Amino acid sequence: MSSKPDSIRTANPVRWPLIGLAALVLLNAVFNPAFLKITVLDGNLYGTPIDILVQGSRTMLVALGMTLVIATGGIDLSVGSVVAISGAVCGTLLVGGHGLAVTLAAALAAGLLAGGINGLLIARLGLQPIVATLILMVAGRGVAQLIVDGQVVIIANPTFEYFSNGFFLSLPVSPLLVGAMFVLTHLALRQTAVGLFIEAVGDNEKASRFAGLAAARIKALAYVFCGGCAGLAGILTASNIRAADAYRAGENMELDAIFAVVVGGTALSGGRFLILGTAIGALLIQTLTTTMYNLGVPPAVAPVPKALLIIGVSLLQSDRVGRWLRGLWPKKEAA
Amino acid sequence: MSSLATRFQRQLPLLTTAFIFAALFGVAAFSYEGFFSARTITSLLTDNAFVGIAAVGMTLVIFAGGIDLSVGAVIGFTAIFTATLIEQKHMAPPLAWALGLFAGSGLGAFMGSLIHFFRLPPFLITLAGMFLARGAAFWITTESVGINHELYNRITAYELPLSETGLSASALMLLGMLLLGYFIGHHTRFGRNLLAVGGNEQSALLMGLPVGATKISVYAFNGFCASLAGIVATLYTGSGNPSLGIGLELDAIAIVVIGGTLLTGGRGHIAGTLLGILIFGTIQAAILFDGRLSSWWVRISVGVLLLVFILVQRTLAQQLVARKTVA
Repeated sequence: MSSKPDSIRTANPVRWPLIGLAALVLLNAVFNPAFLKITVLDGNLYGTPIDILVQGSRTMLVALGMTLVIATGGIDLSVGSVVAISGAVCGTLLVGGHGLAVTLAAALAAGLLAGGINGLLIARLGLQPIVATLILMVAGRGVAQLIVDGQVVIIANPTFEYFSNGFFLSLPVSPLLVGAMFVLTHLALRQTAVGLFIEAVGDNEKASRFAGLAAARIKALAYVFCGGCAGLAGILTASNIRAADAYRAGENMELDAIFAVVVGGTALSGGRFLILGTAIGALLIQTLTTTMYNLGVPPAVAPVPKALLIIGVSLLQSDRVGRWLRGLWPKKEAA
Repeated sequence: MSSLATRFQRQLPLLTTAFIFAALFGVAAFSYEGFFSARTITSLLTDNAFVGIAAVGMTLVIFAGGIDLSVGAVIGFTAIFTATLIEQKHMAPPLAWALGLFAGSGLGAFMGSLIHFFRLPPFLITLAGMFLARGAAFWITTESVGINHELYNRITAYELPLSETGLSASALMLLGMLLLGYFIGHHTRFGRNLLAVGGNEQSALLMGLPVGATKISVYAFNGFCASLAGIVATLYTGSGNPSLGIGLELDAIAIVVIGGTLLTGGRGHIAGTLLGILIFGTIQAAILFDGRLSSWWVRISVGVLLLVFILVQRTLAQQLVARKTVA
């Protein structure tokens, strides 16, 4: 029952990413009717939409962690390298004959540790998030290469492959896993006060500290969570390509994740987050990627439209453009 | 007396860096036979010419409190762009270079305008610029393009003779850009504006400084440096490659920070950047001389060194603040 003039604009924050996603799907469906076709093969579902869900699940996972980091007013550029490290750990341990449980635990621990280092540097030592995570972004790829000794380790383990290529009740496993992560995170953040704490720290760290919040700890935890998500994404990536590729795994993932978060309506300046928006944003960027591949755009060129789109979206969210747009339709905004 | 003390204190980060370079070089010279030679030093400059040139531009951007993550990609783009123009369009190299420099500066100015006019975070816009330039580079071709041109051969064959060794054209270019950066950064009104904007943008604005023009120009200048670095890279490798300079932005930032320039802006020195280039080069050369360590150790050690320097900077800055409040 709010009567604030901008209540319409904030009424449904996931409206724009949803419209974008719908437009992209529609565009694809018009030019390529097979785009929406889902077939059942051996009782399992296949088709482009399923592909998008499977391929997009890793970005969704990384973007989920990134959402919380950005909500605290930070940024994590190291996620791609953490994906590579976690994948390298998976490859080395599995090939070294260790059990699946040990491997998964170690890969997740590597991600959490990386996040812990970021959190320590940023929350305790007060480094700028861009710089602290940039260090791990570059040094981390070196670490990943060190773990696999510069080789691409081939993984031949059917159980491990199941995470990314398997089916559960005719549905692909990885989107199910990632979807569960989203629901759990959403509940953990919104059914408890943790989500509010994160937003408070991101909005005004000093004020939240004066209000009695352990601001540094909350910030550090966001980075640990983000590292953990990247670690899980590393497991899914290694499982998907059946190999640990320290050089290419997680490449460009930081941009995709930041893109998903920003498109999803979470402000880069921190202070509020939208987990559902992030999920839609990640699906949007994966649909865009798949569309470009279908159009025959080579993978190496794919970053160009993405970069243009992220510039466009940031422009739309900037104050100056916002004012200008409102000036164009003053009546509608007031209504 | 006290002014001398503050003068010394201001130069302290620079002196620390010089000391670390001397120590690093000393240890390497002591450990590896043949490391201590004039040739090692001149090849330090040649081998790091393009990283160094990019670092000069990055220094000025960081002076103004900004950051540019697109430099590595701009190097890759310029390299493949000029190589393709020369080899496949048979364009005269100077014309191709001019076009490359124009493209790089243009992208820089574009990013600077977005950052200034729409108050968007520099890292986000330059990250987008990085993907834009890298994608554009691969758009041209994904293959490496070898350059066979008489002018190229003449330039790469050139050496300014010193006593026992010579300075290559790339090294000379680096030294020239360092001088230019020194002049711009420390002896022009523009340089002072950069430091003022980096120190406190609001104050700079209230003082009537042209904040917008300064910010846009410095990103344009950095784009110019990055594309010049791309051209030097084609001289160095004798070819253009779209994947050239991946991860180079961190190397450039590391060099600047190791040189004692504050990442938060407002304070720094180009002389520190020269020292940063030498330290960075010494690490690489030492790892190469050692032969037992793989190339990815360079990445790791640069990261660790960067971290150490930032922490040292922070402690120094905190001490300065503490002293000021006591006095």
